[in-house]
Amino acid sequence: MKIAVLSGKGGTGKTMLSVNLAAVATPSTYVDCDVEEPNGYLFFKPEDVRPEIVSVLVPSADPNICNGCKECVRFCKFHALAHSGEHLIVFEDVCHSCGGCSLICPLNAITEHPRTVGVVESGRSGEVTIHTGRMNVGEAAGLPIIRKLMKKISESGQERIFIDCPPGSSCTVMESIRDAEFCVLVSEPTIFGAHNLEMIVELVRTFDKPFGVILNKRLDGEKDPSEEYCHRNCLPILGKIPFDHELGILNSEGKIASRENGRFFQMFKDIYDHITECVSI
Amino acid sequence: MKQLLILSGKGGTGKTTLASAIIRLSEAKACADCDVDAPNLHLVMDYKGETERKDYYGLPKAFIDAGLCTHCGSCLEICRFEAVISGKKMHIDPRACEGCGLCERICPVGAIEMHPSVAGELRLLSDPEKGIFSTAQLKMGNGTTGLLVTEVKKQMIKASDNASLAVIDGSPGIGCPVIASITGVDMILIVTEPSLSGISDMDRILDTARRLGSDITVCVNKADTNQKMTEQIRDRCLQMDVPYTGEIPFDPEAVRIVNKGLTLADEKCPAGDAIRSVFENVMNIMNRR
Amino acid sequence: MKIILPVEKEQENTDICQSLGRTPYFMLYDTNTGSSEFFQNPASNSPSGAGIEAAQAIVDSGANTLLTPRCGNNAYSVLKKTGIAVFRTIPGPAISNIHAFLEGDLSELDTIHEGRHHGEN
Repeated sequence: MKIAVLSGKGGTGKTMLSVNLAAVATPSTYVDCDVEEPNGYLFFKPEDVRPEIVSVLVPSADPNICNGCKECVRFCKFHALAHSGEHLIVFEDVCHSCGGCSLICPLNAITEHPRTVGVVESGRSGEVTIHTGRMNVGEAAGLPIIRKLMKKISESGQERIFIDCPPGSSCTVMESIRDAEFCVLVSEPTIFGAHNLEMIVELVRTFDKPFGVILNKRLDGEKDPSEEYCHRNCLPILGKIPFDHELGILNSEGKIASRENGRFFQMFKDIYDHITECVSI
Repeated sequence: MKQLLILSGKGGTGKTTLASAIIRLSEAKACADCDVDAPNLHLVMDYKGETERKDYYGLPKAFIDAGLCTHCGSCLEICRFEAVISGKKMHIDPRACEGCGLCERICPVGAIEMHPSVAGELRLLSDPEKGIFSTAQLKMGNGTTGLLVTEVKKQMIKASDNASLAVIDGSPGIGCPVIASITGVDMILIVTEPSLSGISDMDRILDTARRLGSDITVCVNKADTNQKMTEQIRDRCLQMDVPYTGEIPFDPEAVRIVNKGLTLADEKCPAGDAIRSVFENVMNIMNRR
Repeated sequence: MKIILPVEKEQENTDICQSLGRTPYFMLYDTNTGSSEFFQNPASNSPSGAGIEAAQAIVDSGANTLLTPRCGNNAYSVLKKTGIAVFRTIPGPAISNIHAFLEGDLSELDTIHEGRHHGEN
């Protein structure tokens, strides 16, 4: 069972939820797809960490074969290539690694070599397997790292997999939910939260993914724009997590609340049970 | 016109809440929301006036003409982005297609063409009193956010007549859209929160910003939710020679005010007062340059 | 020698464009004939890699000298491989900058700015 946890808006509690769900539903796997700013590992503090470099292929031309015809320069839609002073210049961080230039070069002068863009670190914390994707600082996009993460979990055959998605609704989020069977949407009781919830509801519907909403950081006796949004649109609410000072402190210190306190264990277990009910429907 | 950019690294630290209050306090006549993936600033800015809309075209995407396609599968073989979907009708998934054009090039029967693709919408609001507000909404699932961010800034600069200060609300993360928002700004205010995640993300955004050579300051939001960590952040800034412009307390009143569609400078509250102080510190540093 | 500049319109007395990568036109001035030709910048509407594409167009034009208000590091990487000299323009129309250059009044461009994507391999 693959469950993706996403939010649209950042900071709503995606990581707290996915980390704690993985912790109560052992044996399980936690996957951190927020490769620009991964945080899950701060909570699990994984052991036996094995890194796997993520690289993309970038081209270079053999100067002894290249005759400067510039067929590749004209072909490249991203303008990652230029030919100047008898050299083919490759702008590696503009290159999308499509492999086109290498394929179409009339003299077969272009070969590809790997360029490191990030890393996937795999480790363990008790009965939880952790895969963390981390994009190198200075890189433009994290898609290759997420693809590697997704490949890893599709090969793993693990039973319960919790995917911590990046914020937003761009291509990295889409890649993260591609194989998910169920999506948990996390929101907060602000108009910003409700606005971004709307965005990701549209996203999961486009992918025909069954989903449910968790209303997080609820303030006692206050209106919750996200809850109102759910009611107006008849969206399934999986659970409501109150704004809790103790939970906040544990979280800010990188502690896994469900492992620290029986009351939080129960809270996350209940949410997990509710999710499994929804998944089996 | 000086440009102040508000970033966070981590999402949810209060970037937009702070940006909106600062825009109100500074009376900046030009502002922009560069979080084109999930723009929120407009929800509290209440700009009256016309909205100019413009389609934003990303890279053209491939399209297979089913009438010409012979199902040879060459495109499926060479596509590195899993954008070719086989089936009774071979077709391209525009969400996965990155526009490289290789399939168009190698199709033996010329059944594939690159078609213009609308990746988002640019919006410019002009309020006769408040000034101009530039933003955009990326269409779901798209990449090329960096270029759209650049367009939002360009649009803002072009439309801002005599504005002396522009305030820009950035996006979370450290990737292309963030890098694009940083180029050309005079000062970056990083908003962080006192948590392990907040510190970790702050380090990465600081690293990103420093590579691009901008002036940077840091402030801590919801500082009293973990005073110990707030102090850690303060010490870290001192160590790294990054000016520390203040702390803002967690304030339940703030949530109520924002949910009414107002900024924290519109109604009195403890968080609003603290933001005013952060703002003044940032302005002092900016004006000294 | 051939001198190239980024310009707003196809006229000698037009303004210099402040962006090299996205200038609408280039003006190519031939010192032998004293005349100018103009061509469209293929990169002016490119979603990405504009500096690189514009620099390729400059290299292909056969120019030996570029006069520009600014130049990004990607474009510069392409230009420096051919030994094209890069000078900083001064306020004023294109043709005045040509004359200023020929009188030796322009200085070399010494600050190359970071592009959105930084650096070649």
